[in-house]
Amino acid sequence: MTTDLTSAVRQADLLAVPAARGTCPFDPPPAYEQARRRAPVVPVRLFDGTATWMIAGYHEVRQVLGDPRFSADDRAPGFPFLSAGRRELVTERRAFIRMDDPEHARLRRMLTGEFMLKRIEELRPRVQELADELLDRMIAGRREADLVAEFALPLPSLVICMMLGVPYEDHEYFQACSRTLLDNSAKPEQLAAARDGLVEYMHRLAEGKRREPDGGIVSRLIERGELSPDEVASMCLLLLIAGHETTANMTALSVLALLRNPRQLARLRMEPEVTRDAVEELLRYLSIVHTGLPRVATEDVTVGGRLIRAGEGVLCMLSTANRDEAVFPGADELDLDHPARRHVAFGFGVHQCLGQPLARLELQIALDRILQRLPGLRLNADFDGLRFRHDLVVYGVYELPVAW
Amino acid sequence: MQVHADRERCCGAGMCALTAPEVFDQRDEDGLVVVLRSTPPAEFEADVREAVSLCPSGAISLTEEDAAALPG
Repeated sequence: MTTDLTSAVRQADLLAVPAARGTCPFDPPPAYEQARRRAPVVPVRLFDGTATWMIAGYHEVRQVLGDPRFSADDRAPGFPFLSAGRRELVTERRAFIRMDDPEHARLRRMLTGEFMLKRIEELRPRVQELADELLDRMIAGRREADLVAEFALPLPSLVICMMLGVPYEDHEYFQACSRTLLDNSAKPEQLAAARDGLVEYMHRLAEGKRREPDGGIVSRLIERGELSPDEVASMCLLLLIAGHETTANMTALSVLALLRNPRQLARLRMEPEVTRDAVEELLRYLSIVHTGLPRVATEDVTVGGRLIRAGEGVLCMLSTANRDEAVFPGADELDLDHPARRHVAFGFGVHQCLGQPLARLELQIALDRILQRLPGLRLNADFDGLRFRHDLVVYGVYELPVAW
Repeated sequence: MQVHADRERCCGAGMCALTAPEVFDQRDEDGLVVVLRSTPPAEFEADVREAVSLCPSGAISLTEEDAAALPG
């Protein structure tokens, strides 16, 4: 049967995804923006030649992510994978990110109370303390450091460990595994080893909490008595990885973006009351979850004038949607005055980031403390020599050498 | 303007409580939506409309006060 997608495949070259970024490392790949200007929904080619749809327009991304006819279940036929490794990683032991309602809702609702605004706000003093302790250590007798290793990564790591009841001493192990798991260039064996290692680690940790509960999230999930050991392990693994990789990269990349936009940085330093708005604009502008949120249609749905057939995959390109000029005038500039609240950096639909209140809190505190405590903050390396995480599901910089 | 929240659809993201804290809260047991003021005063109308738009699961809706006064 000829579909929009199969006839597109027969035409000239489809855009290959992932595409390369251009000269500005903060901007999404130019090819995505060009595609969006032609149409909000375009056919693209994955690593193995299969065709899928890229959802590049802002309204269309919201429409797809908000429509239960698009499944998040990676076992469903036609689910788009970004690498061979990703496809090999599909397993029966899934976390709720790869489920649909009602089973997704059942699991997610066990955590929504932990991450709600009021609960997270209670952490503010402790997170600020942790931030200041890290900065104390970083600046003691020194005027330069790698902000990633000494602040951006440890802060959210310490916080999520504290919330879960994971010993921070194990951070090198789980950070290494989690980096592998987010690597789209990792081989299937590497991904499987990292995943299996972390699952094993989580099982042991959960066993320990069964014997000696500590009031952390892992303990509380076990105490509900509603989850199998596998379910506890996958949920906590998801929280551990999502809880530190994302904020760590947003923190470092935000500092870099501000260093490259000195008027914005100066304004934020002088007007700390704009921090909350600044965080939203940085979330929009940087959109670090940058490889597209994958879904598969379970029924025929028309999106952006294209008929997407049941069994066809979609990649919701959050970064490109967040640069949609029709929605965000001046979208390609970082400007703290931009009204950015409508951004989709945390996704949309029922899977929208559970941790977003925590992410916002950590980012507000991180930026505030860095700017207040590091006067004369500057990049201590050649901008063109910085290494960006092009192949990882969560974008950022590997290192951020700064001086003050 | 009447505010309605469908707790079945709510995914606990908290965007409503963040956007219009005088009108929406999250309940303690599971962070799902609580409507504090189902007929909020006009000064909160803009925030409430934004909350409706930002709700990721479409759990919040509005009925306009003068819907009953349609010509007919």
